Amino acid sequence: MTAPALATAALDETAVALPVQEPARVARDSRPLRLITCGSVDDGKSTLIGRLLWDTKAVKEDQAASLQRDSKGKQNDLGLPDFALLLDGLQAEREQGITIDVAYRYFSTDKRSFIVADTPGHEQYTRNMATGASTADLAVLLVDARVGLLEQTRRHATIATLMGIRQFVLAVNKIDLTNYDRSRFEQISHEFKELALSLGVRQVTAIPVSALKGENVVYDGRAAMPWYEGPTLIEVLELATTRSAQTVGFRLPVQRVSRPGESFRGYQGTVAGGSVKPGDSVVILPSGMVANVTKIVTFDLVRNAAVAGDAVTLVFDRQVDVSRGDMIVAIDSQPMTGLAFDAQLVALQAEGIQPGKRYWLKSGSRRQRVQVQPINQLDLQSGKWNHADELPMNAIGKVHLAFDEQAIFDAYEQNRTTGAFILIDPDTNNTVAGGMITAKRATLGGIHAEDSRVILSLPADLADQLMATEIFSSRREDAEVRRVTAARAIEIIDTIDE
Amino acid sequence: MPHTHPETELHNPQSTKPPLDPHLKALENEAIHIFREVAAEFERPVMLYSIGKDSSVLLHLARKAFYPGRVPFPLLHVDTGWKFREMIAFRDEMVEKYDLDLVAHTNPRGASENVTPFTHGSALYTDIMKTEALRQALDAGQYDAAFGGARRDEEASRAKERIYSFRTPDHRWDPRNQRPELWNVYNGMIRKGESVRAFPLSNWTEVDIWRYIQAEEIPIVPLYFAKKRPIVERDGMMILAEDPRLELLPGETKREEVIRFRTLGCFPLTGAIRSHATTLDDIISELETATVSERQGRAIDRDQAGSMEKKKREGYF
Repeated sequence: MTAPALATAALDETAVALPVQEPARVARDSRPLRLITCGSVDDGKSTLIGRLLWDTKAVKEDQAASLQRDSKGKQNDLGLPDFALLLDGLQAEREQGITIDVAYRYFSTDKRSFIVADTPGHEQYTRNMATGASTADLAVLLVDARVGLLEQTRRHATIATLMGIRQFVLAVNKIDLTNYDRSRFEQISHEFKELALSLGVRQVTAIPVSALKGENVVYDGRAAMPWYEGPTLIEVLELATTRSAQTVGFRLPVQRVSRPGESFRGYQGTVAGGSVKPGDSVVILPSGMVANVTKIVTFDLVRNAAVAGDAVTLVFDRQVDVSRGDMIVAIDSQPMTGLAFDAQLVALQAEGIQPGKRYWLKSGSRRQRVQVQPINQLDLQSGKWNHADELPMNAIGKVHLAFDEQAIFDAYEQNRTTGAFILIDPDTNNTVAGGMITAKRATLGGIHAEDSRVILSLPADLADQLMATEIFSSRREDAEVRRVTAARAIEIIDTIDE
Repeated sequence: MPHTHPETELHNPQSTKPPLDPHLKALENEAIHIFREVAAEFERPVMLYSIGKDSSVLLHLARKAFYPGRVPFPLLHVDTGWKFREMIAFRDEMVEKYDLDLVAHTNPRGASENVTPFTHGSALYTDIMKTEALRQALDAGQYDAAFGGARRDEEASRAKERIYSFRTPDHRWDPRNQRPELWNVYNGMIRKGESVRAFPLSNWTEVDIWRYIQAEEIPIVPLYFAKKRPIVERDGMMILAEDPRLELLPGETKREEVIRFRTLGCFPLTGAIRSHATTLDDIISELETATVSERQGRAIDRDQAGSMEKKKREGYF
């Protein structure tokens, strides 16, 4: 979108100036992009979102008028209303002047529609950020150009990464207050790219922005920043990809069994990964029974395929015992089943997560009892995992999960639906944690039992390669590593054999 | 089994509709998922049916979600007694056509105490005939989950509403103490007497609703389309003047105007807009250049700042 003339026209007005209307929009042909915005009030987050809503005409005249009424002269120096009031929906927030929860905003351009999870930047609200990030495809991190990266920038980036977000936009806001200092912008974006890389995120776009003046948000800021040749924020959002981490095989968590009459029996659910077509052989977990799909039924179409995201009804070629909570999966690419798993989770309530307490775990349509053993807690300042026996509210921790009955998961990295779960406190029925499966734990008996250990002696270079792998680093804290000479290693191992 | 198939679809011979665009398809899939989840998790769900365009979409999605079965829960219409006549006719037609179970409830205080929008003012009237009536109906049916057509883009306090919105036994909503909602994993655990309002259209916008109605050919109340109708101007709103109970005040005159309604509530409290939109195409293009929000025609929203939030805390939809 380029219409700098419109942007400047709006700035010249002293009263509420509404952007000029554009011709009717045509049908969009891509899926809505879900994004989360991270930053604090001081970074101008509300102004940025307000600007996005304003310049994409998501705000209507009567809303602007009541904004004007409520802001009682609290206009900014461009004569625009206080955007924060648009966003802070709840009275409690208006009174305190802070955002306290997750709010969802909607806007669209000719090319795409967007859902923004607007979450607060204060440290104590990690839980809200985790909630907003759980469904997001992309994170917009906001910093003040005069201040640069903060401790909270690292925190937000870390949480977003943990929740599976792999696309970052860094909005270097208030660039106007640095006199559009190019070297300042480049220094901040360089630091941020280093930070993102350290978290394993490669898709990073940094943009110099003035949310207040509307530069490089929806309209470009070329007039003020001729040196910046990159995209505007909206251009990046229009081209971003929706999450497609569902690389594993077909998954359909069964929500309900449909039996409207004797002649029809269908299994209803939303495809959580892969695809299916009539004739495919599938396995029903946890029973392990096999069936063939004969029909994919929807209201107006008999489909010849269903892909991730589709809400469908499957019909099989034979009578099998399937109930809510079961998972229908590809025969050649099955999820993990077992009684013990490793996971990371975010503690969401004041009670925290207590060791050994039995919770309800819900994943997809499956709910079962679980015992949770906290192992580590992430120190968001240093990025290090420290030993922990319990997890207080807002903590991010690694835990062991122990089930009474077979559980079915993919790793969250592989599937953001079948790898995600919530914990429910049976005493309060409240949602107390959001979790992500990292791996299945071995539950072998005898000498292979869970608390047994294996001592390996390896050449240093091989050990270094091994320790750099995902699987090793995800359980780094479980391993004891000592570096010794080859002679000493033989000596030690010989003692074991004696 | 190969993992990629082109998403080609075999059309049902009866259907001539082209496939939905990916945006509406994603919204539809999400709503169907929510419908199925609630129907499976709760013992006595009910669908709040207001007869408006959002309710029409909600009903259509419910039929899709449970096909080839019937909609497995009743529809609850809180009838204030002051709805547009065409709304009630449309409601009865839908119930008949789609083989639905309808529960219509009117607060008996309306008749016994003669509560009307004219005598009691919009705020008190709404409180008694809508909020209190809804509580009565939910209690009488012992419903533990109620689907509603609310959208987060409608009003500021709704932007923070969960998809599963927890309510206490006296139907109250505590916005400061909502359950976190992550991914699409919904927590449906409640104690006896407590309930959940479920909002399958949370992520839809007004334009999405209209584009979906068009794409899916969903029937809606004719009042949404422009036509010459009798109106009277009151408190800055154009009110439909066809019901004999509407008494003209001194200085008011009835006249005919080409109008339509952007939202439908109780006729004395719902303002019409001047419009020549007689087709869905007209409505959508009107909407895409509209400069006012849809609830602008609703008197009850303007009672005071934060008025919707207050109503919601007390158990309003």
